[in-house]
Amino acid sequence: MTPEEIRKKDNDIHAFLEVFDDAQSTGSGPLSGKTVAIKDNILYEGHIASSASKILENFKAPYNATVVEKLKNAGARIVGRTNMDEFAMGSSTENSAYGPTKNPHDLERVAGGSSGGSAAAVAAGMCDLALGSDTGGSIRQPAAFCGVVGLKTTYGRVSRHGLMAMASSLDQIGPFARTVTDAELLYNVIKGPDTMDSTTITDETYPEQKKFTKVIGVPKKFVESEGVSDVVKKNFSEAVEKFKSLGYTIKEIDLKNIHYALAVYYILMPAEVSSNLARFDGVKYGLHKDGENSIDDYFVTRGEGFGREVRRRIILGTYVLSSGYYDEYYGKSLEAQKLIKNELREMFKEVDLILTPTTPAAAWKIGEKSKSPLEMYLEDIFTVHANISGCPAISLPSGFDGKLPLGIELTADLGREDNLFRGGKDFLGE
Amino acid sequence: MEKDKVLSLAKLSRVKISDQEAENLSHEFEAILNYIGEVKDVAQTVTIDLSTENFSVRNVMRGDDNAHDPGMYTEKILSEAPSREGDYIKVKKIL
Repeated sequence: MTPEEIRKKDNDIHAFLEVFDDAQSTGSGPLSGKTVAIKDNILYEGHIASSASKILENFKAPYNATVVEKLKNAGARIVGRTNMDEFAMGSSTENSAYGPTKNPHDLERVAGGSSGGSAAAVAAGMCDLALGSDTGGSIRQPAAFCGVVGLKTTYGRVSRHGLMAMASSLDQIGPFARTVTDAELLYNVIKGPDTMDSTTITDETYPEQKKFTKVIGVPKKFVESEGVSDVVKKNFSEAVEKFKSLGYTIKEIDLKNIHYALAVYYILMPAEVSSNLARFDGVKYGLHKDGENSIDDYFVTRGEGFGREVRRRIILGTYVLSSGYYDEYYGKSLEAQKLIKNELREMFKEVDLILTPTTPAAAWKIGEKSKSPLEMYLEDIFTVHANISGCPAISLPSGFDGKLPLGIELTADLGREDNLFRGGKDFLGE
Repeated sequence: MEKDKVLSLAKLSRVKISDQEAENLSHEFEAILNYIGEVKDVAQTVTIDLSTENFSVRNVMRGDDNAHDPGMYTEKILSEAPSREGDYIKVKKIL
């Protein structure tokens, strides 16, 4: 597609914040001839990177993210930057300062988030592949809502150099594609240790704990949590049956601490948000609004430059880190995080993969959940455990609720993306 | 959470919010804190030693060398500053 053709197609969907006119392949490699869209929080030198925020509306990236360098070296054509929830905070792209992305399968519904633009762009065929970022489900959930494949890699597998930080201990960049094979192709290009990101890992960091023997664990009690729709439960049972017919052994498992994951996430994440977003001060770069004096400049710039959800999370994060509450919230969350991680790692000595739905229901109507932030947060129930534990997880298209796509999610042990690709290809018949 | 508490947290966060927003946030935080407060139960369920080396933090060091040429990035970075004077970022008088 030419930039004009993408723009025309995107008129109804609004997956892109900008379609680049200068997109061209600069090298030959595994991505030669492929078009790739990147989420608006990934730096591409000389191009605007706004994180869908007013505070960075005119900010031009002064350098390339490591993943962008890798894309270029692999011969990819970077076609544009995609819409998202502001600073990746949200589950629907409705928190973008530039208006929501619509679901290509039903324009009245959300595309999911926060990487909704990337998911919708791939689903609508406006690009072959896309990059998103996943802090609590922001790749997998929109992938499920839009009917594509989305992968959150092991923490440290992909360099975060040049990714705008939301919650640094949880953020990972990862691929969107229409097939597992394509997701794996893009994964192989972007992964690898990087001297610019000290949290990156090597293939030796996590030695294999168990040989792959086609064993899938199903946490039945967790899957039947309150608020999971009947259609999703039925779709999930069908997925379980399908894996059985493919020769997989299904094992019912009990994860006693996984239900803490969401609460842990909504403490650790805002805590990190509140400190990471302190850098937006109207002095070094980005929006500047004049106040009465120097310190008032900060208040006015940040008050006007950040949207509602970003302000909400910064203030909540400030609370959970404040003296007198720190141990009660942040300290306890770190303990619970260790419990969850330990429990999952122990489980992966017995099973190769853990299967859950990706979301408790299909995509909701635009505006339907905007009134209650907590209701929106609860949508992340099946995805946050992967970020809390660092484990890789993939969302696979698993059918429809009417015309709306549904997804199932496979989670694997640390460093075991290969198991996700095996299971995913088997499930989709690739 | 009281509205005044929200306003004081906003002040600590250097974010200007209206009275109305503080009022709304105070109700929303009530619901959110009620939910995330369940981590406080964790203490009762801890059955593993959380201080083991399974959870050690890796530190990564590099040599203090290979610095880039001075001034290499100055223009690129300063061109994004809202206000500058020569090679400095310009701010309002502080004292």
